[in-house]
Amino acid sequence: MEGAPGLHPSNCEVTMTATSPAELSQPPTDEEPVILDVRNLWKVFGPRADRVAGTPLAELSRSELKERTGCVAAVRDASFAVRRGEVFVVMGLSGSGKSTLVRCLTRLVEPTAGEVLLDGQDIRLAGGKELRELRRRRFAMVFQHFGLLPHRRVLDNISYGLEIRGTGKDARGRRATEMLDLVGLTGYGDSYPDQLSGGMQQRVGLARALAVDPEVLFFDEPFSALDPLIRRDMQNEVIRLHREVGKTMIFITHDLSEALKLGDRILVMRDGLIVQTGTPDEVVGAPADDYVREFVRDVSRAQVLTLRWIMRPPGDGDALDGPELGPDVVIKDAVHTVLRADRPVRVTADGELLGVVGSAEILEVIAG
Amino acid sequence: MSVSRMVGPRAVVLVAAAGLLASACGGAKVGESPSGAGSAAPAAKSCGALNLAINPWVGYEANAAVIAYVAEKRLGCQVTKKDLKEEVAWQGFATGEVDAVVENWGHADLKKKYIDDQKVALSLGPTGNKGVIGWYVPPWMAQKYPDITQWKNLDKYADLFKTSESGGKGQLLDGDPSFVTNDAALVKNLDLNYKVVYAGSEAALITGFRQAEAQKKPMIGYFYEPQWFLSEVKLVKVDLPAYTEGCDADAAKVACDYPPYELDKVVSKKFADAAGPAYQLVKNFTWTNDDQNLVAKYISEDKMSAADAAEKWVEANPDKVKAWLPAS
Amino acid sequence: MTATVVARRPVWSRPYLLGGILAAWILLWILFRGQATLPLGGAELTPLHERIGQAADAIDNSRNSNPLFLYFINYIRLFIDEFVTFVQALISRPSFGRPVPVIGWLGVVAVATAVALLYGNVRVALLTAAGFVSFGLLGLWEESMDTLALTLAAVLLSLAIGVPLGIWAGLSNRFNRLVGPVLDFMQTMPTFVYLAPLTLFFLIGPASATVATMVYAIPPAIRITAHAIREVPEATVEAGTSLGSTPWQLLRKVRLPLAKRTIVVGVNQTIMAALSMVTIAALIDAPGLGKTVLKALETLDVGTSFNAGLAIVIMAIVLDRATSAAGRRVETAHRAGRARGRLWRRVQVSVVLAVTAVLLYLSYVYVWAAEFPKEADIGSFVRKGADAASEWAQANLYVSTNGFKNLVTYGLLNPFEAVLTGSPWWLVLLVVTVTALVLATVRVAVVCAVCLALLVALGLWQDSMVTLASTLVATVLVMALGIVVGVWMGRDERADRVIRPVLDAGQTMPAFVYLVPILGLFGATRFTAILAAVVYAAPVATKLVADGIRGVAAGAVEAATAAGSSAWQTISKVQVPMARSAVTLAASQGLCYVLAMVVVGGLVGAGALGYDVVSGFSQLQLRGKGLAAGLAIVVLGTMLAAITKSAARRADAAAHGRP
Repeated sequence: MEGAPGLHPSNCEVTMTATSPAELSQPPTDEEPVILDVRNLWKVFGPRADRVAGTPLAELSRSELKERTGCVAAVRDASFAVRRGEVFVVMGLSGSGKSTLVRCLTRLVEPTAGEVLLDGQDIRLAGGKELRELRRRRFAMVFQHFGLLPHRRVLDNISYGLEIRGTGKDARGRRATEMLDLVGLTGYGDSYPDQLSGGMQQRVGLARALAVDPEVLFFDEPFSALDPLIRRDMQNEVIRLHREVGKTMIFITHDLSEALKLGDRILVMRDGLIVQTGTPDEVVGAPADDYVREFVRDVSRAQVLTLRWIMRPPGDGDALDGPELGPDVVIKDAVHTVLRADRPVRVTADGELLGVVGSAEILEVIAG
Repeated sequence: MSVSRMVGPRAVVLVAAAGLLASACGGAKVGESPSGAGSAAPAAKSCGALNLAINPWVGYEANAAVIAYVAEKRLGCQVTKKDLKEEVAWQGFATGEVDAVVENWGHADLKKKYIDDQKVALSLGPTGNKGVIGWYVPPWMAQKYPDITQWKNLDKYADLFKTSESGGKGQLLDGDPSFVTNDAALVKNLDLNYKVVYAGSEAALITGFRQAEAQKKPMIGYFYEPQWFLSEVKLVKVDLPAYTEGCDADAAKVACDYPPYELDKVVSKKFADAAGPAYQLVKNFTWTNDDQNLVAKYISEDKMSAADAAEKWVEANPDKVKAWLPAS
Repeated sequence: MTATVVARRPVWSRPYLLGGILAAWILLWILFRGQATLPLGGAELTPLHERIGQAADAIDNSRNSNPLFLYFINYIRLFIDEFVTFVQALISRPSFGRPVPVIGWLGVVAVATAVALLYGNVRVALLTAAGFVSFGLLGLWEESMDTLALTLAAVLLSLAIGVPLGIWAGLSNRFNRLVGPVLDFMQTMPTFVYLAPLTLFFLIGPASATVATMVYAIPPAIRITAHAIREVPEATVEAGTSLGSTPWQLLRKVRLPLAKRTIVVGVNQTIMAALSMVTIAALIDAPGLGKTVLKALETLDVGTSFNAGLAIVIMAIVLDRATSAAGRRVETAHRAGRARGRLWRRVQVSVVLAVTAVLLYLSYVYVWAAEFPKEADIGSFVRKGADAASEWAQANLYVSTNGFKNLVTYGLLNPFEAVLTGSPWWLVLLVVTVTALVLATVRVAVVCAVCLALLVALGLWQDSMVTLASTLVATVLVMALGIVVGVWMGRDERADRVIRPVLDAGQTMPAFVYLVPILGLFGATRFTAILAAVVYAAPVATKLVADGIRGVAAGAVEAATAAGSSAWQTISKVQVPMARSAVTLAASQGLCYVLAMVVVGGLVGAGALGYDVVSGFSQLQLRGKGLAAGLAIVVLGTMLAAITKSAARRADAAAHGRP
């Protein structure tokens, strides 16, 4: 069932209920605790990169900066917070800085300025050894080009993370086999990566990341090198795994439909700047600027937006005894009910009437 | 060896089988057979070691072969031959790795450095061979153009010697790089219509003369004797203005023939001070150009090994050899 | 900024500009011909040369007092001497009170074959066995083993130094930038220049020979290892890092395993480089086949030198094929071991080891297995055959070869040399710098100008120009041959199989072997030197072109064929243009190899820098000049490398559709 496009992962409802468009990029405080808090993060490449952040140079556009200093600002003043258990998607076109951003979070790329707080502790202050410990136990990453070791068998690839942190041979063998089963590669443990298809290789990458039982999983465009059908399978796999293991996931993609499908919240980047942060329906329903609007133009709004986005206050002439639906019901799922009813559908939450939706509103959305 | 433990039985069978095979076709064992290359030198008396430099030409090798043969067979020395170019051989005097150089062509610069300045070597007098350096033509030319052997007539024939290398002038093929030549200065100072072309190696010079004689091609070039090649092709020397003492003092103004060389022997100071039998042998050694040419011919044309060539000559000349041996 | 301006200039204007430069050059040449050409006679020295000679003397004289020698170099020498002597005791020299080496011929053949079998495959093992037996059959067993001992020692030491340094260079950009020019220097500085000084430092004997070999053999080890480390996919390294690998774990578990195959190529190249030094090291008493070759040269004994040269070629081919097979095996061995069951592999290994052990024992105990039987001798036939062939060629081919020589010399070499040597030095400097500006970048132009100025400063301007002319003509011939044969090989698998061993032979046969026959055919001329360089350099260029042609995407060739192209059209419009970067690489490598033969050229009539180096090696008072000439060759190499590198970048860019 998860395969149906537009269907939200089950836990979306939890996250979305209390979030109103007004609260867009505020770190939520009343929900799950924030696990990763990013504040004013900069990454500048080029000569004397550290002179940019916090100076007037920071106000320049990317191309002006490049012309003036020869520096390229890949990430500019990024701030956002990720909550425990959340699937947080970073979306943007190539060159928008999203891959750099995610690498800054694990310091695969060293940030130029700003803070990255993991449970309140700034990982930028971690020394080499602390950082390695973080990577060994709390983070894991899945890569676009898999990054598997061709000279090792699948099982040895999966257990690599355990091996380097000193887990015994038997223990890591057991764990790797479990992970192999978890990602659906049972029986392929003795194969070599190049004997597997791209999708299977990425499953190995996924298993390798999961094997170390990390708190946060980073995905760097993991499926963009795969065929569309396999990509859909893998997306569903991620949804399933998320449901089963409940890890916090930070997911990079340039594919809007993937972002909408997987993300509890989506961060849109352009030229190193964060353009918008919000739930999928916020991004589609209330694009922050023309750039995002252009981006989401072809999205089928009926499949993303909920009734909350099209309901109107009950007018004088509205009969208020129509069928009742919640505000977070996706429009597509409400079409049937609304069109069949001869009265406007009432949108209610906790018995309180929020607004009404009639055929006119529904048809407007469907007609685009 | 966990590997062989696994298939132990197999390996054992194999080893056994091979062992059988071995004993079946057995044959002589190393060390027990008289033919087993066990021809160690006769018990060294008090001769000790002789480190002989071998410079890369056959005439030198002839000297060295005979000295080495006598030293080993008659005196029981331990002779080590080291194949070295001259400069490196002389360096060996300084580092203590070379005891003797047994045919030295002049080399005033090396003598100054190692004999006069560093005082690590000394000359042990002539080998009896006379060295001649000069310009030579192949025999067919000397026959066909008898007056070509006078330098004054060279310009007349310059056109014959034109080649692709000489830029419209006659080509004077020069240059074994081991020898200091005055040829460029000579050509200039004698006002000859020739250009010096550097052949670059003895092999190039010899091949040139060999082809010139075989195909009756004109050629004139720098050469020297004694040299084994002269017994194959009897090159004819061109007379340059006669050498007089000191006429070659200023290299840039030289306009006379090369001086005759008294080829000599040079040994290291250390070796001389020890004054062992080998030192006496080297000191006494002297023979004629004909002697050397003969041994050189054995080596170069008859393709004998140096030791065989030396043996043949020594057997045929017991008196000469006797004169070299230390009086004891 | 000018660089980008030049680069943006429309392509079509470049030929006009070059034509203009050439015309201006000829015009100015006519005007200023013969002025400021800075000639220097064969025995003449400049004050700089004298100073260099004196400096070298000063170093000589401090040998016994300088602590560097007393405490450092002496110990290195002792170590290397012991090491080589030990290997010799094992396989080539009577040792430990025995009249024969510890391991006799049968044992050596067995061990070599076993190694080839276990690390390579059956075919290579057969080749190895045949190759090693042939050393005995050629009558050169002991000499071959000496060469092998020296080569192995030099290669092991080179790898022990080169691989760690290569890893460092692979990991650190800064070190890589630092070490690059040093390696260039080591590879282009003619061996003759440092051969004599080496014996002062390391004395006459195995140590000097080994060090001389190492100087030449270490650069490929470092370069290729660094390249191997660098080409490990960044994604894989990043994945390793993201899981918290320490730098050491990254190196050991990620980088090295992935780089292994390329590192084996480095080992292969190191062996080849070491073998190519065998004959030259014989000049300082290095034992082995090289000595046989040089000795034979004294009496122009073509047969004997060919016989020994053949043994060197066989050794090179065996070692090359064996290491290449081992390189391919590196990837598959691991898998085969698991896939086909460990047991089977262990059985194989045990059997091979057991048989080898038995043969080793036999060769230790029995004379027949220790000394190669003298009756089995094909060496004398090889010698006679080579002699006869050489004599026949010298006697019968002379007329036609002479015509060819004259054609190249008068048609190409002489005019070119006349313009280069006849122009005032400032004119050449100006022309080259402007040309570099047009063709390449400001940086390259500056490098060229500095290099040419250095040649003036070294006092060897005219000799350098003569050498440059011959070098360029040789490179043109190398490329003409390389493209024709390379395209043929690239298109025809069977031709490749037949020609490749011939190319290997051309590359590894010591030049001294074929110098005598070609001297007989062409005399002591610059053309002979050019020919020797072509024999040595064309194989490399040809192989690179062939590989490039084969690397052209099958799809493109298929599309061309489908469009109805003739074979010629396919070659000229698809394959060669698409293999353009391989062709450029072939040209730059060909140039390197031609430069490496400058000194050999000096031995056969090229004169100029090559002769300066050789006479500097032979005559004490010319030592400073020889050293300066060596430097001049390095300078020429640097300049030409800068130009070809920039051309290669351009070709690469063009191949990828960028202007």
